[in-house]
Amino acid sequence: MRRTSRSVRAAALLGAVAVALAGCADSDRDNGAGAGGGGGEQSGGTFVFAASSDPVALDPAFASDGETFRVARQIFEGLVGTEPGTADPAPLLAEEWETSDDGLETTFTLREDVQFHDGEPFNAEAVCFNFDRWHNWTGLLQSENITYYYGKIFRGYADTGTGIYESCEAEDEFTATITLNAPFAGFIQAMSLPAFSMQSPAALEEHDADNVQGTEDDVRFSAYATEHPTGTGPFVFESWERGQQVTLARFDDYWGEVAQIDRAIVRTISDGNARRQALQNGEIDGYDLVAPGDLQSLEDAGFQIENRAPFNILYLAMNQAVPELADIRVRQAIAHAIDKDAVISQSLPEGSEVATQFMPDTVAGHTDDVTTYEFDQDRARELLAEAGAENLTLQFNYPTGVSRPYMPTPEETFVAIRSQLEAVGITITPVADQWSPNYLDRVTGSEDHGIHLLGWTGDYNDSDNFVGVFFGKQTDEWGFDNPELFSALEEARGIATREDQTPAYEEINKMIADFVPGVPIAHPVPSLAFAPEVSGYQASPVQDEVWNTVTVSE
Amino acid sequence: MLRFVVRRLALTVPVLVGLSILLFLWVRALPGDPARALLGQRATAESVENVTRLYGFDRPLHEQYFTYIGALLQGNFGSSTQTGQPVVELFKNGFPATAELAFCALLFAAVLGIPLGYFAARRHGTPLDNLTVGASLMGVVIPVFFLAYLLKLVFAIGIGPLDFLGVFPTAGRQDARIAATHPTGFYVLDGILTREWDAAWNALKHLVLPAVALGTIPLAIIVRITRAAVLDVTGEDYVRTAEAKGLLQGTISRRHVLRNALLPVVTTVGLQAGLLLSGAVLTETVFARNGLGSTLFNAITLLDYPVLQGFILAIALMYALINLTVDVLYGVIDPRVRVS
Repeated sequence: MRRTSRSVRAAALLGAVAVALAGCADSDRDNGAGAGGGGGEQSGGTFVFAASSDPVALDPAFASDGETFRVARQIFEGLVGTEPGTADPAPLLAEEWETSDDGLETTFTLREDVQFHDGEPFNAEAVCFNFDRWHNWTGLLQSENITYYYGKIFRGYADTGTGIYESCEAEDEFTATITLNAPFAGFIQAMSLPAFSMQSPAALEEHDADNVQGTEDDVRFSAYATEHPTGTGPFVFESWERGQQVTLARFDDYWGEVAQIDRAIVRTISDGNARRQALQNGEIDGYDLVAPGDLQSLEDAGFQIENRAPFNILYLAMNQAVPELADIRVRQAIAHAIDKDAVISQSLPEGSEVATQFMPDTVAGHTDDVTTYEFDQDRARELLAEAGAENLTLQFNYPTGVSRPYMPTPEETFVAIRSQLEAVGITITPVADQWSPNYLDRVTGSEDHGIHLLGWTGDYNDSDNFVGVFFGKQTDEWGFDNPELFSALEEARGIATREDQTPAYEEINKMIADFVPGVPIAHPVPSLAFAPEVSGYQASPVQDEVWNTVTVSE
Repeated sequence: MLRFVVRRLALTVPVLVGLSILLFLWVRALPGDPARALLGQRATAESVENVTRLYGFDRPLHEQYFTYIGALLQGNFGSSTQTGQPVVELFKNGFPATAELAFCALLFAAVLGIPLGYFAARRHGTPLDNLTVGASLMGVVIPVFFLAYLLKLVFAIGIGPLDFLGVFPTAGRQDARIAATHPTGFYVLDGILTREWDAAWNALKHLVLPAVALGTIPLAIIVRITRAAVLDVTGEDYVRTAEAKGLLQGTISRRHVLRNALLPVVTTVGLQAGLLLSGAVLTETVFARNGLGSTLFNAITLLDYPVLQGFILAIALMYALINLTVDVLYGVIDPRVRVS
């Protein structure tokens, strides 16, 4: 009897809980819809975008990573931007520029209607203030892990005497001339990097921007770099909750197209699956680095997929420290054995392009006139026989647990290529390593590797940023010594103008194709995903994506 | 009691020193070059060398250790090699997120686990008992990431006709669109303190699924321990005596059975509290909560030595303190322990 009454009570309680829960669910859904509507006073709504990590700092001069730059591109602008959808330079804060014939002097004509978020005017003095700020960094601020891009592109500072920056002069209020002491053909392109954004001189001084404390291995950024970034962009910095999100608000006095949305929020979600689920559940409006395997299901569920024009290269490298691979016939055989179309259809996102050389066709120096190696298994077998390598056994290194824009699913790419190589009689010994640091350690820092998968996404539109990075000197990754190629690259780097550089890089690309240090496989398409309510997002190959054109409908 | 606490606290010092040495060696035994991990894909040999020298990775181990301990004694835990943020600040940022989560997970496990274990024991041998034991076994063996995924699918994203169940968020600690202030960093508490009820409710909803995912293993363990302890105690002479005296069943349960059975349960809860901190590594990553666990996860993948060392030491200290609390609680529950 007692037992019965207890179970009845329990059942009743359970029922009550269920009802309460269901009630919660209903009321909750209503609240959700209300909040999405923007809550009355907000007319343009909020755009929530998921990033894979927190920014390092809010002052882009102190950073070199994509997530810091993503936030910086909303707050700041540089002298030079990019043509929408391309990597080509376009006017931004400078309306036009002219470079002297010797490549040393560049005169920028500035926009006259620009002001910083703190109300200060943007003019030639502000430009020179920024250049002089970078040039006069000392001590800690010169370390590579803080000011990577300035150090790399201008090659030194005032007190090191090695830099190529000479001076900046304000000719009049809106004309500034930058003088270099050595020609640098990539100067204008480099100026589109967020690291060279124009920042408000008044705010830099007020918040002691360069007062970076600590020791070189223990850096403490200034208040400017963590709380007061002040630029000219369409969004004003509002708050940064470390590890959680950065909140930006519309800048109403923006000189260009004023943002449609009231707020932009960059939320940190490091796990790729978690980003997708957050989008599916309406917690975010969009995210970057969509896994190729998710593209179809997201599209089927009504989400929008936006592709960037590829500005990258995925390649199969061959380590010539391995005796068999030092024979060019073996390398040619491997090139002939690979069916790039099949690799793309089996392991890369739809829309990826076949690569014939180690740079995308948007970069100066890309030429159709290079030797290509058609997919031809018989030819591959022949070449192997000629080289006496019929029983070739090769170590094939590939990374696990990683997804890079140029290499979304390395395991699947490995499987595709492996079977193609085995089809021409090569025996493959697979060696898998965790991406960072083991894999990178092995393939770029040791000789213990055979053929391996790797790639690169360009920083900005510069030929040297592709082929120079790969083949500029003897490295453990490729294991060859080719003085002719090294000096050709060195020479091309020093040519004053882009026009003169282009033929030099075309020659270099032909030289590389004949030498076959590796097989360029593809230019995979990186994808972004958005909720159906989002429109106006302009994808850019170099991720120059500013959100003033984005709208989020209710 | 005070002497007991002080003595126990003093004893944790040698433990921490020993741990710091072990940790130091273990972190350096991890495969991979930290300088390369820091510089990324296209690091030149020179920059790898520079960074190695900068962080002193090339100096003898004992020298590195004494430098580290010297700084530590001055309260300097160093800063992340990846972001340059001080370790202490990273810890302060992540702590509230993890503490909130661990507290809720433990609350879920204890509030549900103790009664379930108790009733299973009281209904020993019935289908209810078998079901509880079976379910708790499932709870222990099911991997956290799988459970987390399942929970998200059913209770957040929603599937088919069960779509109405999908009321919880999948990621983060609070809706990004809510502009709430966070004086303490504990989001639920902040909402209550600032009287932003929506914000508090929203933060609470963000806690439910991660807490359930993280709390499942402790829940299962607590159920089993409680059940076993209650079964044990029910067979004791004093319970039979109490029954013979004609005491009410409720009084016997409350004063004789449950109170005596709680001793092993409290130990278990205490131990689980420590384990929760490590379980949070996975749960926080999957639910994008960005607390101590996910920071630790990133530090491991990126070989961020200072963060790894600092965090694990701090977690060990917390573990020691939790255990101390458990020992003190013994005295409250069982006067015999107090005497000895």
